[in-house]
Amino acid sequence: MKAIVTVIGEDKKGIIAAVSGELLKLNANVEDISQTLMGGNFVMMMMVDVSESDEIGAIGEKLSVLGKKIGVDIRIQHEDIFNSMHRI
Amino acid sequence: MLSKNEIFETIQMIQNQNLDVRTITLSLSLLDCVCDSVEKTCDKIYDKITSRAEKLVKTGNDLAAEYGIPIVNKRVSVTPASLVGSACGGYVKIAKALDRAAKTVGIDFLGGYSALVSKGITAREREFIDSIPEAIASTEKVCSSVNVGSSKHGINMDAVALMGQKIKRLSELTAKSGGSGCAKLVVFCNAVEDNPFMAGAFSGVSEGDGIINVGVSGPGVVQSAIERAGNVNLTELAEIIKKTAFKITRAGQLIGTEAAKRLGCEFGIVDLSLAPTPKVGDSVAHILEAMGLDSVGAPGTTACLAMLNDAVKKGGVMASSSVGGLSGAFIPVSEDIGMINAVKKGALGLEKLEAMTAVCSVGLDMIAIPGSTSAHTISAIIADECAIGMINNKTTAVRIIPAPDKDVGDEVEFGGLLGTAPVMSVNAYSPQAFIERGGRIPAPIHSNKN
Repeated sequence: MKAIVTVIGEDKKGIIAAVSGELLKLNANVEDISQTLMGGNFVMMMMVDVSESDEIGAIGEKLSVLGKKIGVDIRIQHEDIFNSMHRI
Repeated sequence: MLSKNEIFETIQMIQNQNLDVRTITLSLSLLDCVCDSVEKTCDKIYDKITSRAEKLVKTGNDLAAEYGIPIVNKRVSVTPASLVGSACGGYVKIAKALDRAAKTVGIDFLGGYSALVSKGITAREREFIDSIPEAIASTEKVCSSVNVGSSKHGINMDAVALMGQKIKRLSELTAKSGGSGCAKLVVFCNAVEDNPFMAGAFSGVSEGDGIINVGVSGPGVVQSAIERAGNVNLTELAEIIKKTAFKITRAGQLIGTEAAKRLGCEFGIVDLSLAPTPKVGDSVAHILEAMGLDSVGAPGTTACLAMLNDAVKKGGVMASSSVGGLSGAFIPVSEDIGMINAVKKGALGLEKLEAMTAVCSVGLDMIAIPGSTSAHTISAIIADECAIGMINNKTTAVRIIPAPDKDVGDEVEFGGLLGTAPVMSVNAYSPQAFIERGGRIPAPIHSNKN
């Protein structure tokens, strides 16, 4: 099962390291990653495989805790919500 | 592969533009609970709802966490209670059993304390309608609706006259909370059987048993898309609204089908209504203003609303395997910050709202009127709204709150999604003799339309 992780917040050192470290702990495999600065904001999107991890909701709670710690907004969502809204 | 912009657009819709799934509503048939003892009927009702809807709230919460989209309400709709209690009567007891079941499973509301009397009223249905004020005032979660007219049958004016009296009585019984009981009672013409929205949801007799119907929302998303488009003409604007409605509806379709799968139910319909909340950025009135009106209520409002409603349907129809329910922009006054402001500054009155209901779902909704308004006048407002529905083959409804001891210029606070209602002025001339005639307004001719 694939999910999309989005990280949005103020740019600072170590965001990618912190998020990918947490995903490793949660046994999620990062398959694609893109990162950019939009209007001074750090915006990162990751496609992750969570087939061998906990449920997405449980991963989301842990990522949200990490987000609060490092001062960015982290979400994880099943990829189908994006596919259904943007693909016919 | 999804593009960055697509992912970012969805995140923006959810985070900043209040995109949500307004409700997943489990429709249950209670026809198998009918028996000749009211106690047994109540036990059967309670057992059926608490077993079939046991996992509804958890499933909704799980889906919200997994897909990252809020699911605001989890609700149940049931077979009209007037039918379920037709062998035993004792309707207030049935309402209390429904309320207990709703509380046990933790849902937000339960709809279906309803009767369908568009042509005639049986003795039991009369008993049922008489029970509505007490039943709604003595329960928390139960919502009631009565269908008093249809394009096929005409308007049952005896039922219309009765409903004016019941709305007054319910307002008196819930006077402490500003007559808030009336927010849970809606009078319909052409009621639909698969509506997921309250207060008018019920499970029609032609429905199956265990169906998931979904109501999507997203006025804020449509408003943002219109604002981003800038100075484009209305043809282009209609296209933008269609594309936005498509995306919103697809989210609802996904959540609905997934919820049905996990609950072992059949997926029913997506209701394409744009449903506002009192939050800023979640207003249908603000969409109309973004289209170019100084204020909702200005000349041009009906035309803007007609185009919006039609474009939302066109976009939504392609996005869902099955569209149903009410499917139209809702224009409740107290639940929409733009409508509230327009009424307060004198830009929007009851008459303009009535005209607006001719081109969109679903009717005069969440409107507070002076507590001194007579039952005859309320019945006549209902009759006017039913006439619009009957002639135009569409659903119309009235959810009106005569606010006890309040007058024009006052406000009534209902709290939560029900919002704040400014008390609106009602034409003071009396329709009493018309309402007291009773009988039926015959069904209209369906050809030679003009």
